[in-house]
Amino acid sequence: MAVILDALVQFCQMAVVLAFAPLLAGYVRKLKALLVGRRGPPLLQPYRDLLRLLRKEVVLAHSASWVFRVTPYLVFAATWVAAALVPTFATGLLFSYAADMIAIVALLGSARFMLALAGLDVGTSFGGIGSSREMMIASLAEPAMLMVVFTLSLLAGSTQLSSIAEALQGPGIGLRVSLALALVALVMVAIAENARIPVDNPATHLELTMVHEAMILEYSGRHLALIEAASFVKLLLYVSVIGCVFAPWGIAASGDGIAAYLAGLAAYVGKLALAGFLLAVFETAIAKMRVFRVSDFLGAALMLGVLAALLRFVSRVT
Amino acid sequence: MALEALLWCTAALLGAGIGALAMRRRAGAGVAVYGISLGAALVGLVAAGVSLLAPGFPGAALTLPLGLPWLGAHFRLDALSAFFLLVINLGGVGASLFGLGYGRHEEAPARVLPFFPAFLGGMNLVLVAADAFTFLFAWELMSLSSWALVMAHHRRPGNAAAGYLYLLMASFGTLALLLAFGLLAGPSGGYGFEAMRQAPPSAALGGVVLVLALIGAGSKAGLVPLHVWLPLAHPAAPSHVSALMSGVMTKVAIYGFVRIVFDLLGPPAWWWGAVVPLLGGITAAMGVLYALMQSDLKRLLAYSTVENVGIVFIGLGLALAFEANGMTGAAALALTAALLHVFNHSLFKSLLFFGAGAVLGSTGERDMERLGGLIHRMPRTAFAFLIGSAAISALPPFNGFVSEWLTFQAILLSPALPQWLLKFLVPAVGALLALSAALAAACFVKAFGITFLGRPRSEAARDAVETDPWSLAVMLGLAALCLLAGILPGYFIDALAPVLQALTGASLPRQEQLDWLTIVPIAQSRSSYNGLLLFFFIALAAGLAAEVIHRWASAAARRSAAWDCGFPDASPATQYSAGSFSQPIRRVFGSVVFRARDEVQIPPPGDARAARLDVRMRDVPWEALYAPLARLVGFAAEQLNRLQFLTIRGYLTLVFGTLVALLMVLAVWQ
Repeated sequence: MAVILDALVQFCQMAVVLAFAPLLAGYVRKLKALLVGRRGPPLLQPYRDLLRLLRKEVVLAHSASWVFRVTPYLVFAATWVAAALVPTFATGLLFSYAADMIAIVALLGSARFMLALAGLDVGTSFGGIGSSREMMIASLAEPAMLMVVFTLSLLAGSTQLSSIAEALQGPGIGLRVSLALALVALVMVAIAENARIPVDNPATHLELTMVHEAMILEYSGRHLALIEAASFVKLLLYVSVIGCVFAPWGIAASGDGIAAYLAGLAAYVGKLALAGFLLAVFETAIAKMRVFRVSDFLGAALMLGVLAALLRFVSRVT
Repeated sequence: MALEALLWCTAALLGAGIGALAMRRRAGAGVAVYGISLGAALVGLVAAGVSLLAPGFPGAALTLPLGLPWLGAHFRLDALSAFFLLVINLGGVGASLFGLGYGRHEEAPARVLPFFPAFLGGMNLVLVAADAFTFLFAWELMSLSSWALVMAHHRRPGNAAAGYLYLLMASFGTLALLLAFGLLAGPSGGYGFEAMRQAPPSAALGGVVLVLALIGAGSKAGLVPLHVWLPLAHPAAPSHVSALMSGVMTKVAIYGFVRIVFDLLGPPAWWWGAVVPLLGGITAAMGVLYALMQSDLKRLLAYSTVENVGIVFIGLGLALAFEANGMTGAAALALTAALLHVFNHSLFKSLLFFGAGAVLGSTGERDMERLGGLIHRMPRTAFAFLIGSAAISALPPFNGFVSEWLTFQAILLSPALPQWLLKFLVPAVGALLALSAALAAACFVKAFGITFLGRPRSEAARDAVETDPWSLAVMLGLAALCLLAGILPGYFIDALAPVLQALTGASLPRQEQLDWLTIVPIAQSRSSYNGLLLFFFIALAAGLAAEVIHRWASAAARRSAAWDCGFPDASPATQYSAGSFSQPIRRVFGSVVFRARDEVQIPPPGDARAARLDVRMRDVPWEALYAPLARLVGFAAEQLNRLQFLTIRGYLTLVFGTLVALLMVLAVWQ
């Protein structure tokens, strides 16, 4: 019985991340528009965009190889699987043991690896610039993220996200300096990994400062739809990770009953709304930085992460 | 039984080498030599595998009346040597098969054929040697035969210098090992490993032996700053030999280190656990940064070997730290991570060097700036190379990720270590490891993307043809093994149990009975990973997405010119190149590590000269360590040169003076 319930939660979770991800993106866009005094596109616009793209034919460059055609599916699949293993509204996920937090970071790394290759596949200068910069950003963001993972898992005694969420919900943790440092580092990494301002601008084209958009410039039709969907899911994933680690309130535990699950879902929607609001305000208030300032930004994130981990290493009483 | 089989294999390999000398240029020599190597490596592989997997394998020992008359030649096969023999002979099988196809292009077969089996035989001999004399003899056999292979194409620019540097470093390393064994043998001169094991040296002497082992084995494995010869020598050899040197010979060096430090040297001191991981971390980060700056495909792969050796040494060092504090379970975990990475790296590095060899054979180019678009011309090679690139970049669900994940798990156990220095050091090493994992991904996006994707940058690349079926079979087989070891790591971890039991006295929990073949190094609530499920889920999700979209949305595709923001340029020169791909990383990391300086010269308006971009990078270890050393040797030689031109009176005075000085010393001594 418990296994069936866990399986049910797991499938709900997979559906929830896929269903909510475009909404979160649409919500952030809408808020940003409102903040600068425009009316903005409707909340459901990302869904319409995806559907429209899915129905269109794909235009492939003559020099595109199978790597270019396979990448969207792999990127989407890897991101979706990663997001399905992050507790959103309940922790008792059936397959959460398949990948701990390190593996989730690495899964996103796999998706990025394929996407960067696809950027180089057609052999254009824009694709190359995007790939090369994406890998430069990742080379700092990924270690910073791993340092955050170190900090959290040393606090919780586990690298499993479910266990971390449960441990941080418990009474023994409280406020800690290392947690604060880790939170700041994680937010900085999330901003960089999701190509948000000030690191990258999700709304630009034709600008030499763009990174993610340059990499996927040659994509069209269903391929583009999948990549867009993957980046929506990735944003949701990072918000979920921050929510489940730093605001674990309301997450239902395994076998809590339907009421707890519904409460967990409501709490999750509330967290998404709050995170989306903060992101929109932050993005509106800050200017895009030059591409080579990004290394300073992420270097700071890495240093904060190392500092947080170091504090955990040193302050542990044996 | 297994030991005898291995010794016969070694004898057959050495015999094949001598036979090849006799056959010279006769047709069919290549097939014969590679055939014998293949057979011997297969027998060795089976013998090692059976010994490793046999429950309760007691080990086998044998003494032959060879070598030093009062010592004899001792041979021993235990779990540790069986594991490394497995790695070596797997690589040997691959290289021999690849040689069967690739060797036909060889321009100077008489310079390769005698030494290839000797090299393989030498490595096998190192692993079964059980006394210092046999070990060093085999080690030198391995060094010299690989040196001969490096010099096979000695007329190509740079190769002779690479060989010279290799010879110097190899002799230096052997000297260090010789001294290490001398100290281990002690004043009584027990040169058998069994005698050394019985009488471990004192703590201070043990430290000296550790340093000597680090120098001796580390210089062969490529630890920074002793790595300088490796990226020059490994690529200079023919590609299947490069694969053996990078994928396999570095593992023999690691074996040497493990044998001396974990087996012969007795209980470790805690500071060993600080020195070794730090060296490993620096090696990993420096190695991958160097690799990123290369545009020569084979040299990039060689530098990446330096990185992976660093990762292995991080695991070994952590195991030392844990063992020194009596945490045997954690030591077993760290050692598992290191040994699994040894195995994994031998798989994907051999695969990648074979891929580079296939590209070199097909286009005659190893400079990535003149390659590109090969995925259209060599689709199968490209596929295998892609798998290898993903595996070496530690991406799930491939095997590289498993060993790095285990290393991270070992790092996360280290706050329990009592020493403050270790508490500060280990997270720094963890950060270096995370950094090198991320940079490795960038490095292999570059290696695969610039070589195989995009548009061809030269005519050679445009007219490339797929390589021969032998080579393809090897590469695809290794790619399959990379995936297999990634999705079923539990079996590989279980196979290591006897090695861990022998070295640390503990081993990881049995993995194979766990549900769904999950791996759980410590406890389920702490951490677990399941590559099989991840692979299955990704395949399922991707297949589902493709099916749904093609059925209900659109399956139409059309070919057209590239979009490129509406401004496509037909010239392949407008693509990103190897140099431009790594430019952002050079700017971020290189300005500190390599003191990289970019200089742009743009002629004034109206001047028709082309603009220039000059990049200057400095090799800091070389300038700080080797250049002064070379200058010192040169200076000393210059000074001593005067002794050559003395008069007869001068020489007589010199002899007399020396005699008096020696007598004085003797008088003071007594």
